Amino acid sequence: MTEPTDKKRASRRGFLAGAAGMIAAGTTGAASANDKNLPPNIADWTKTLGDGVAVRPYGHPSKFEKGVIRRDVQWLTASRESSVSFTPLHELDGIITPNGLCFERHHGGIAEVDPKDYRLMIHGMVDKPLIFTLEDLKRLPRVNRIYFLECAANSGMEWRGAQLNGCQYTHGMMHCVQYTGVPLKLLLEQAGVKPKAKWLLAEGGDSAAMTRSVPLAKALDDCLIAYRMNGEMLRPEQGYPARLVVPGWEGNMWVKWIRRIKVGDEPWYTREETGKYTDLLENGKARKFTFEMDAKSVITSPSPQTPVKKKGFLVITGLAWSGRGTVKRVDVSLDGGRNWRTARIDGPVFDKACVRFYAETEWNGEELLLQSRAMDDTGYVQPNKDALRKIRGVNSIYHNNGIQTWALKASGEVENVEVG
Amino acid sequence: MSRWVKLATLIFFALGAPVLAQQAKPHDYGMGAPATAAQITGWDIDVRPDGAGAPSGHGSVKQGEKIYLERCAACHGEFGESAGRWPQLAQGKGTLASHDPVKTVGSYYPYLSSVFDYIRRAMPFGDAHSLSNDELYAVTAYVLSLNDIVGDDFVLSRETWGQVKMPNQGGFYDDDRRKTEKAFWNSKPCMKDCRRPAKITGHAAVLDVTPDDKGFNDRTPRKGGVE
Repeated sequence: MTEPTDKKRASRRGFLAGAAGMIAAGTTGAASANDKNLPPNIADWTKTLGDGVAVRPYGHPSKFEKGVIRRDVQWLTASRESSVSFTPLHELDGIITPNGLCFERHHGGIAEVDPKDYRLMIHGMVDKPLIFTLEDLKRLPRVNRIYFLECAANSGMEWRGAQLNGCQYTHGMMHCVQYTGVPLKLLLEQAGVKPKAKWLLAEGGDSAAMTRSVPLAKALDDCLIAYRMNGEMLRPEQGYPARLVVPGWEGNMWVKWIRRIKVGDEPWYTREETGKYTDLLENGKARKFTFEMDAKSVITSPSPQTPVKKKGFLVITGLAWSGRGTVKRVDVSLDGGRNWRTARIDGPVFDKACVRFYAETEWNGEELLLQSRAMDDTGYVQPNKDALRKIRGVNSIYHNNGIQTWALKASGEVENVEVG
Repeated sequence: MSRWVKLATLIFFALGAPVLAQQAKPHDYGMGAPATAAQITGWDIDVRPDGAGAPSGHGSVKQGEKIYLERCAACHGEFGESAGRWPQLAQGKGTLASHDPVKTVGSYYPYLSSVFDYIRRAMPFGDAHSLSNDELYAVTAYVLSLNDIVGDDFVLSRETWGQVKMPNQGGFYDDDRRKTEKAFWNSKPCMKDCRRPAKITGHAAVLDVTPDDKGFNDRTPRKGGVE
């Protein structure tokens, strides 16, 4: 809240003029390139020794990539301990999100759990209540699975119209990583679930003691207690040392720092599945237990934070995912949804994971209204925002999977817009 | 069959063949220690709508008012009206179907347990697990009284739990998307001339509430977002 609005406006106009100028001039490479490093000259880094091994014992991205970071929107929440930061989707490619860039959603800050004091209790309607140490979990048979995780409130700021100008903010409460962990089924079998059990309560060890009710059938189907992401131990922000993985279902259920699983015969109706994470419709009634994340996609580039710098060949790319299964197809429109072409999916395609799509085109400065539309293997087609609003109204907050429109302007700038 | 093959078979059934695994007796890996009754009691803090799990103790609205003003009002407001962006706890009745719904304990929460259980595990914010059971009952009773759900002389306890009727208990129903949104399942979505030429009807840049790396402005955003 430090910068006067006028000054900010001025700097934004400056950026646009710069971007437009670059396109008009048709310059090659970055405008700020230093001739002394360009051929025929020999670059500095070609002449001198660099850092040796283990100078960077845990490697970080290049210093030139320091803008590739999670960001938050401070007016959204009352405090940073119960808030969200967003994945910079616009800066990434492929399907895997780097661990340090995975969005954060905490309800009581990041719990710093000492792994030697970590315990997972399983009790309730079981034959043998058990407590597992982290070492126990790591000694059990484990599996590797790539899944997306999307907060139910992703795109929640957009129900009433285009609001946040960047896909980091409109869609960045989503990430996709490979988890290593123990099937929850295997752990429940160790405790012996009683025949009348139907639900679990998963509880976190953070200062919000996050709790969600999970149907037992889902737990036995594909849930994991994960302790690794992308090969390394979970990051503290993602629930170190162990979290619940609930593939395809809303992120709030993927309880981090998980300390307890209680087996029962009814849901608990905790605050997080009543006062929050229920979807209020226009008639004043609310849907509850809307676990599955509907199929969704977004063009990550071009997007407002990654404007187009040059006319000519243009790669349009984005991500698609579905909580009900596998993404089968992604279509892209350049004219706001009037005509569609099928995009090229490249890279691995997994159940309840992100897929990466590309649509290549020639762009000559004409205004485009870019959209993408995901389809999954249940036949679900991502709806446009108006179709979604017709059924869900604009008070839902959660589960906004409507088609996103980006306006690509003659200047190369991209803006979050609504079309009608 | 070697020990290794036996174990590998068990793991295959456990991880790779769910249907068959249901028939096979689950393998006991000998992992995990028995949880004692005392250990379970220390962590078993959840409370269900029927009051299962509610601890012993009791607290009155009057006792709760004092605790609330000391421990809760700074964020939630003296009358539950909210200070700043912290959750509003009271009022909002009759607003759920309006353009500006106000979701509070009184207007929205379906069960007493949804409130009590949450205060027990997570409140006061930043000082969780600091209230005694009596204080928990008292402060919950006071929040109910702010919403006119109980009278000023009410005492909340396991014994009076069933007397509390939350106004919006009937306000929720199970996920019905597969039925009410059936139209979104379509094996042949339109590819050509699917709509009239699209016109821009709204701009994010006009609203100008997107943070940049320099700071924020003071425009008022639209309602909505994470809660």
